[in-house]
Amino acid sequence: MDTAEKFDDKAPGNAKLADQIEGEQAMDETIRYPDQTVGTPYVDNPKMRMRDVEVFYGEKQAIHGVSLDIGKNEVVALIGPSGCGKSTFLRCLNRMNDTIDICQVKGNLHLEDQDLYDPKLDVVELRARVGMVFQKPNPFPKSIYDNVAYGPRIHGLANKKYDLDEIVETSLQKAGLWNEVKDRLHSPGTGLSGGQQQRLCIARTIAVSPEVVLMDEPCSALDPIATAKIEELIAELSQSYTIAIVTHSMQQAARVSNRTAYFHLGRLVEMNDTDTVFTKPEHDLTEAYITGRFG
Amino acid sequence: MSKTTEQVRKSLGKRYRAEKRFKAYGVSAIGFGLLALVLLFTDIIGKGHSAFFETYVKMEVIFDQDTLDISDFRDEEQLNFANYDGVIRNALREEFPSASGRQERRELYSLISTGAGYELRDMLKEDPSLMGQSVTLWLLADDDVDVYVKSAQDDRLESRLSDNQKSWIESLEAQDRVELQWNQSLFTHGDSREPELAGIWGAVTGSFFTMLVTLLLSFPIGVAAAIYLEEFAPKNKFTDFIEVNINNLAAVPSIIFGLLGLAVIIGLFGLPRSVPVVGGIVLTLMTLPTIIISSRAAIKAVPPSIREAAMGLGASKMQVVLHHVLPLALPGMLTGAIIGMAQALGETAPLLMIGMVAFIVDVPGGPLDPSTVLPVQIYLWADSPEQSFVALTSAAIMVLLSFLIAMNTLAVFLRKRLERRW
Repeated sequence: MDTAEKFDDKAPGNAKLADQIEGEQAMDETIRYPDQTVGTPYVDNPKMRMRDVEVFYGEKQAIHGVSLDIGKNEVVALIGPSGCGKSTFLRCLNRMNDTIDICQVKGNLHLEDQDLYDPKLDVVELRARVGMVFQKPNPFPKSIYDNVAYGPRIHGLANKKYDLDEIVETSLQKAGLWNEVKDRLHSPGTGLSGGQQQRLCIARTIAVSPEVVLMDEPCSALDPIATAKIEELIAELSQSYTIAIVTHSMQQAARVSNRTAYFHLGRLVEMNDTDTVFTKPEHDLTEAYITGRFG
Repeated sequence: MSKTTEQVRKSLGKRYRAEKRFKAYGVSAIGFGLLALVLLFTDIIGKGHSAFFETYVKMEVIFDQDTLDISDFRDEEQLNFANYDGVIRNALREEFPSASGRQERRELYSLISTGAGYELRDMLKEDPSLMGQSVTLWLLADDDVDVYVKSAQDDRLESRLSDNQKSWIESLEAQDRVELQWNQSLFTHGDSREPELAGIWGAVTGSFFTMLVTLLLSFPIGVAAAIYLEEFAPKNKFTDFIEVNINNLAAVPSIIFGLLGLAVIIGLFGLPRSVPVVGGIVLTLMTLPTIIISSRAAIKAVPPSIREAAMGLGASKMQVVLHHVLPLALPGMLTGAIIGMAQALGETAPLLMIGMVAFIVDVPGGPLDPSTVLPVQIYLWADSPEQSFVALTSAAIMVLLSFLIAMNTLAVFLRKRLERRW
């Protein structure tokens, strides 16, 4: 669902809602464009610390001064309507935005003491520490084994076949896929079902033992049963990894995350404990969003 | 029935008619294409099939030492330059003693190809004990005899042969001493002024060496250029300019590349004329745009999700390209390269410019030997006045077409075989 699509939609059923939102906009500009983040975006001893992050796509500014912390071993959910900048923000955390020529990132982003945008930092090293799982399951057109072994191989994490076998096995076990695929490790990863493919992608990501795992709407292409499995997996993984997850589903955010950040039009509106966000949201916009008045 | 249903029903007939009409257009277009193809093939095969066989005449030949003028068997020189034609002439005179006078004798001698003597030489070299013996042999007939023997009764009246020659051939035919045999020389010899001795092997090897040079140069250069432009080059005015120029080069008439080769590669760098290396370089210039464009399309077709996945794992740019993009794009690149090569194989104009149109009898032994190529050979033969060359031209076209069909089949096969699904 696209924001623009939603607002432009003049179908009879939505006219009232559209009017209402337009009315809100006219009444209170500060609500539509909050300057200040409410709640508690900062924690003690954060794993990742972001301050005044601004992202530009050419002339257009996509993120306006976002500051937040991601604590160690916590699951942070980033929610908000489409086009609010949550995916863009997530992709700054392992510099995937570098691949887009016109994209420019400003502000302070730190992984522990490491400045992410330090020109001396090797982005390859960063991505080994901050892994990413994408929206659409994207296994390589190779065998299941090679999919998982690819990361360890390019980083030289295993010198012997035996070590590599072990990494592959433990990664697949952590991803809850081992029992399903152990007899066909050398069949193509693309032959698995959608949910299995996504768990394979998670296994592939954790095979390089990252410290942080970023997930960009990992369940949006999956059915409810596969989604449930991934959510269980996220809960388990949070014991050893720090996880930031972008999701469209508020229920999912409520189920898997410790803290939730609500983004709106490129700004961080509110960040609080997940329970607080979903039961006593501090900001009107957050409330409007989680109660389904727009989205 | 509601009003809408009624209207829909009314419009249905119109829609179905439009559909049928469109289908008919398609079928007739394909039919026209097939018809043209069938006409082309029937014409070529109809004209060319006879060239795969040539006429031989059975003769009793005596290896007469005096006529041959050989005094010492171990002397290579003497064996090479002995008077084998004389032996054949003796046999012909023996057969038709009625021929008298210079004119008639000359007509008689011209029944047998000048190449027949070489066959006798090879026989004698192999087995010197034949000396002085009488051997019954099938001798290669002259091309005019060949045309006469192959043509139907009605067409024989129009033959270039004299009445004497006709009667000699007919008397030989009556004795069952005229036969069509597999045309070995077509696939073993180089070009020749004598149609019965001319072969395409020189042109085939010339084409092979030229294609080899073209492939070795154009594939790596083309793929490297495509990868750089697609994956590494910054997007700016300069790369846009390069892109426009590559697309332009694809449309430049090929003869221009020939002129460039003549001026720069031969004129400036001083490479020899008529050699496959120069031909290969010129054809490389011609095929490069095709290969670059198709390789870029193949790289573009690699889903970005695969790139992101590899990059997200910490693969460097080079690793993403080598491990993921290249293997996935390779089938498309290979297809493009083979199609480019097929184009180059059929190219004539630029090679005329660099002298590969010369009359070359020897089969080239390497890419630095003067040679010609198949399409140029076809051009040369199509230009020759002898009637036998008509059939030879068509035969050469058949060989060229079968090479092209084989290459295109290989392209389809490779694409099917290497294509990975995701």
